[in-house]
Amino acid sequence: MSEPGKHTGPAGPTRAPVIQPGHTFGSVTDRISSVVLSERMPRLWWLGLGVGFLLVTVLLVAVTHLFMKGTGIWGVNVPVGWGFAIICFVWWVGIGHAGTLISAILLLLNQDWRTSINRFAEAMTLFAVACAGLYPILHLGRPWLAYWLFPYPNTMGMWPQFRSPLIWDVFAVSTYASVSAMFWYVGLIPDLATLRDRSPSRAGRVIYGMLAMGWRGSARHWHRYETAYLLLAALAAPLVVSVHTVVSFDFAVSVVPGWHATIFPPYFVAGAIFSGFAMVLTLAIPLRVMFGLEDFVTMRHLDNMARVMLATGLVVAYGYMTETFMAWYSANPFETYMIMNRFGGPYSVAYWSLIFCNVLMPQLLWFRRVRANVPLLFVISIVVNIGMWLERYVIVVTSLHRDFLPSSWGMYSGTIWDWATFAGTIGLFLSLLFLFIRFLPMISIFEMRTLVPEAEVREESP
Amino acid sequence: MSLATARARLAGQHGRAYWRSLEELLDTPEFQTVLAREFPRQAAPLDGTLDRRDFLRLMSASLALAGLGACTRQPKETIMPYAKAPEDLLPGEPLFFATAMPHAGGATGLLVESHMGRPTKVEGNPEHPASLGATDVYAQASILTMYDPDRSQVVTSAGEIRPWSAFFDSLRAVLADERRRQGAGLRLLTETVTSPTLAAQIQALLRAFPEARWHQYEPAVSDGAREGARLAFGRDVETRYRIERADVILALDADLLGSGSTSVRYTREFVRRRRPDEGAMSRLYVAERSPSVTGSMADHRLPVRAHEIESLAWSIAAALDPGVSPPAALAASDEHAAWARAVVADLAAHRGASLVVAGDEQPAQVHLLAHAINAALGNVGETVVYTAPIAAVPTSGAASLAELTADMDAGKVDVLLIAGGNPVFTAPADLGFAERLAKVGFRAHLGLFEDETSYLCHWHVPEAHYLEAWSDTRAYDGTATIMQPLIAPLYEGRSAHEVLAFVIDDAERPGYDIVRGHWEERHAGGDFEGFWRRALHEGVVRDTAAAMINPALDADWVAEARKRWRASEGGELEIQFRLDPTVFDGRFANNGWLQELPKPLTKLTWDNAVLLSPRTAERLGLATEDVVRLIYQGRTTSGPVWILPGQADDVATVHLGYGRTRGGRVATGTGFDAYAIRTAAAPWGGLALELQPTGARHSLACTQHHHSMEGRDLVREATLAEYRAHPHFAHEGSHEPGPDMSLYPPHPYEGYSWGMAIDLGACTGCNACVVACQAENNIPVVGKEQVAMGREMQWIRIDRYYSGTLDEPTIHHQPVPCMHCENAPCELVCPVNATVHGSEGLNEMIYNRCVGTRYCSNNCPYKVRRFNFYLYSDWTTESLKLGKNPDVTVRSRGVMEKCTYCVQRINRGRIRAKTEDRDMNDGEVVPACQQACPAEAIVFGNINDPESQVSKVKQNQRNYTLLAEVNARPRTTYLAGVRNPNPEIEEG
Repeated sequence: MSEPGKHTGPAGPTRAPVIQPGHTFGSVTDRISSVVLSERMPRLWWLGLGVGFLLVTVLLVAVTHLFMKGTGIWGVNVPVGWGFAIICFVWWVGIGHAGTLISAILLLLNQDWRTSINRFAEAMTLFAVACAGLYPILHLGRPWLAYWLFPYPNTMGMWPQFRSPLIWDVFAVSTYASVSAMFWYVGLIPDLATLRDRSPSRAGRVIYGMLAMGWRGSARHWHRYETAYLLLAALAAPLVVSVHTVVSFDFAVSVVPGWHATIFPPYFVAGAIFSGFAMVLTLAIPLRVMFGLEDFVTMRHLDNMARVMLATGLVVAYGYMTETFMAWYSANPFETYMIMNRFGGPYSVAYWSLIFCNVLMPQLLWFRRVRANVPLLFVISIVVNIGMWLERYVIVVTSLHRDFLPSSWGMYSGTIWDWATFAGTIGLFLSLLFLFIRFLPMISIFEMRTLVPEAEVREESP
Repeated sequence: MSLATARARLAGQHGRAYWRSLEELLDTPEFQTVLAREFPRQAAPLDGTLDRRDFLRLMSASLALAGLGACTRQPKETIMPYAKAPEDLLPGEPLFFATAMPHAGGATGLLVESHMGRPTKVEGNPEHPASLGATDVYAQASILTMYDPDRSQVVTSAGEIRPWSAFFDSLRAVLADERRRQGAGLRLLTETVTSPTLAAQIQALLRAFPEARWHQYEPAVSDGAREGARLAFGRDVETRYRIERADVILALDADLLGSGSTSVRYTREFVRRRRPDEGAMSRLYVAERSPSVTGSMADHRLPVRAHEIESLAWSIAAALDPGVSPPAALAASDEHAAWARAVVADLAAHRGASLVVAGDEQPAQVHLLAHAINAALGNVGETVVYTAPIAAVPTSGAASLAELTADMDAGKVDVLLIAGGNPVFTAPADLGFAERLAKVGFRAHLGLFEDETSYLCHWHVPEAHYLEAWSDTRAYDGTATIMQPLIAPLYEGRSAHEVLAFVIDDAERPGYDIVRGHWEERHAGGDFEGFWRRALHEGVVRDTAAAMINPALDADWVAEARKRWRASEGGELEIQFRLDPTVFDGRFANNGWLQELPKPLTKLTWDNAVLLSPRTAERLGLATEDVVRLIYQGRTTSGPVWILPGQADDVATVHLGYGRTRGGRVATGTGFDAYAIRTAAAPWGGLALELQPTGARHSLACTQHHHSMEGRDLVREATLAEYRAHPHFAHEGSHEPGPDMSLYPPHPYEGYSWGMAIDLGACTGCNACVVACQAENNIPVVGKEQVAMGREMQWIRIDRYYSGTLDEPTIHHQPVPCMHCENAPCELVCPVNATVHGSEGLNEMIYNRCVGTRYCSNNCPYKVRRFNFYLYSDWTTESLKLGKNPDVTVRSRGVMEKCTYCVQRINRGRIRAKTEDRDMNDGEVVPACQQACPAEAIVFGNINDPESQVSKVKQNQRNYTLLAEVNARPRTTYLAGVRNPNPEIEEG
């Protein structure tokens, strides 16, 4: 943030700016805070929240039924012991990754374009992790005993088995959730103070005031704040890599052909960022239109995110290639069968769909015109989201359904309750997101202010 | 205070006054103090002086105490200790009692485990000739039938609950009439009677009612065998085989190893000759219509149609004796002819040590031919033994039932007593038994269930289960067993003995007196008490086996057989009826264990199906699960198709026993009724079946969908010649990592280290181990929908693979329990330590800790773990609670479970050894699967002891590890199978 001014102008002859010209401190603050402080929300917001809330009720029904009856209401069986719950868990955790990447790693790399998308990307991370966190609990045979996975002294003589990747998961995901929440909240403090100062209602002033923790914007505050924020960013940065690495261990540590592969950690991390950026695009594109934020989330952002998607998508494609290559190169009949079964077995439609969604479709992003075409970008981002869900489906289901002994082979398909739970978590995600938009600034006001020319001017004056 | 005062007070009372003591009467203050102290209830704290604080204090204390009080859940029932404990009864220590289960015209001797007076598990009686310590699936599952909550519990008349006395009164009235008419209108219908006591009672009944008739009908008992023997020898004889002595065996549609009351014995004998390392191996040829357990063990198996079996028998008979001229044309394909030639050569080369067996479902002439061939081969007295019949009065069931039906139709029957069986359901369809039954004035049915027959009878009287009643029975060789009850009848059931005793002389005598009286009357040589006690203790009555006889073969047998020759009409579809390998003739249809037991070849559960060969299905354009209408001799039923490799072309096989309409909650709605098209003339099938596709589909719950090994080295097998040439064939080409290929240090084993070996050359796939395990380990039944979803719970499964061609495949069985791996992949991934490595090598499952992540199951290469997706165990049905094994936890919803190597038995052995201050001996701990196995295919023991049987078996060069390349290092290993094919056919 020492030289924000140099990023305000176009980086090259054709690159769009990260903020449209003509904005001042005041206009930035007004524009962003008005979404929170206005009395009326656009109709689309009500629609979004309405759909989200409806799906949350579906989730409640599905979970109540699950708790009453047992995991038997889902499609899981022997040999396919994991189904939608784990697929969706991995999918949601993956989506969360973009938020952390944008807010922490890009901050450390001084990428100013992150500024206008980091806030809601972080929020997305939190909500995605909240959705993801539900699944490992719900999928337990006895979910009321989920706390047994935590190492705490107790009279039952229970202690976790630390060789199990599921225990690593517990630590990875809970660390991730807490660090993300803290990072997000710390980043919000100056903006909460702005809202406190601008809120027309007493309730708003009190609540935002309490949340702002007495922020007055003094130089000392700013100094400490920036140090803390950088430290947190440094803390969060490794999590981008570690969380999905650990999630991939759930598979890689096992002996199941199709799971037991050393490529899994990098391949999962790339996939996570890939799907995360796809989700950011999926959310950002309608939101910038809905709230008229095209000035702040510019074509530059969309372009950059598309480039990241393309890059990570290529890593993922490399992962698929490696899996196939290793199946042949290892000369392991179980591995070979596994990959042939993916290609031509009963779930081959899912496999080829994922190749289409994750490998072929993103190749369009090589073209600048495609990256500049907002509706097409939106479609590609959704296709990638679907593709990444299918990838997890293929990994979980096709590996398990035919493993070592043909006598035990079986089939799996999600039941209505699997779909209801999945839809329900999407609803939970949407509800949280729309509530966030309503009550908190979805773009970081104070960071955006550093991007306007005024900031540059002040920087230069002695 | 004085007595005078008391008197005065009493005098002053009006009405009747009650007083507790003189003190009360005097009502002194001291008395009031004592009263208040003794009975604090009256110390009322709420006397108005209570302030707010005290009130709250009191309330919180009360609530806290109420909460504490809720912590212990006391059973509602009053518990009463034994004032005088029964002898030998130690709480927690099971007792074993010998008895026997009558089945299919024979009996299996049993030792029944009893916990505090409740039978929980059936095991074979090693002393009994038909058991030798093992059992079949029916015996294992029979205990569930005893506890079946759907069993009839009370006497009913036209649906009304009545007392026994009402039934007896009603019966007395009609019997009084019959007595006057010498019983002219009285008929007794039973199943095959082998019980000496019951037979004597029936003779007494027939003496009391000279004009009365006794009929026997049981679908499972073969008329063909009886008639064939009568044709051959002119008299009723029982045919027994000494399989162990046979070098070459030809089974003509005979499921020697899989069905009938002798299957356990014959399997044991057969397998003794199938160990390539111990003496010469026998060779088994099987020609059969539909694959059977026996066919799966064959060295050469030929799928044939019914008439081809007969022509095969003729061609063998003719080849052995040039004097035998077969009926005109023996149309047989070249393949069959070559097969027959090789078989004849092999049989002829083993005169006196060969054996030809005709199946129970075969008609009389095939049995006749088999007797003749055995005689020609000099096998009689060697591998074939004849004795007097075991049934008290051998009867041809269909004929007997036809006679009864005719009498009913003619109005000759006034009183029909049906003791056991379910003839309305099982009678041949052409007899019209159910309709004619309505013409009988008084119909009473004694049975375990209120079934189809009960519904059409005036009276249904509940029968005591064989584990609840005194009786006796005879095994296939005539050995008698006195059956003792393990428990008093759970309901109001009575045995056939008790009901018949009433019929004979109007007396209500206990079954014990009847059975004991029968044996006492016939006992010679004093000390009856000693004899009785020993017989009960041993489970067999010594020296009761039937003596060998040597009946002369009818010189004119060729003419007899030719007379019955059926012209072979090819091209048409043929139907075959078979007894079901799980629900039998329908009597076990309400038994959940058996319904859910995957059938040995099809692996179907909860349904029967129309079995068709791949070629026939292709020709008819039918696929598995297509519902077809079967039209046979003008009668129709419909069922789903199942394509079965190895099935003979143009033969549709249907299993009997399904399609029950009044069978109980479990039975009703499963399968289709094949009895509906079964006639008395063709009880086991015939030609001219018509199959019509209906366009409908019926989903079937199968436990194994893939039948090929996909080129993987799962079941390893060689021919005897290959084995001799390459004794290490089981290890050739397999990749077995060394013992140090692990990051973790090896587990040390100081004392015991348990292990198991399973001989694939011996396993017949009979399923006895599966049901035994289910009974021993309280394994729940999940139902058809759950099985279809892949959620069956059996801890040991028998994988069935095919090799070879689709039409004539070789069939392999592979029992897979938990492997108890040294590097167990499941242990590594459990986050809560719910599955851990025990100090004796067991992979232990701790249900209480399990939270149900199912990761262990995913990571199990053998997929032997089973998960309680719902609350599968029945926690509420009272009668089922009684039958649970108290040594094994009843699992709850959401926990994983799997084979434990019967850890409760290991611990019982350990406790016993410790109290006797010694080590456990080899063979002291026998898991349920091993115990039930008729083939002795499973060996369990301490592999730390090099002298133990399991260590020795594991030393065998055939011993190999399943999926060794995964490096899980399982403790359960397999002995590769060896077959002994005839080189002539192999080369041909």
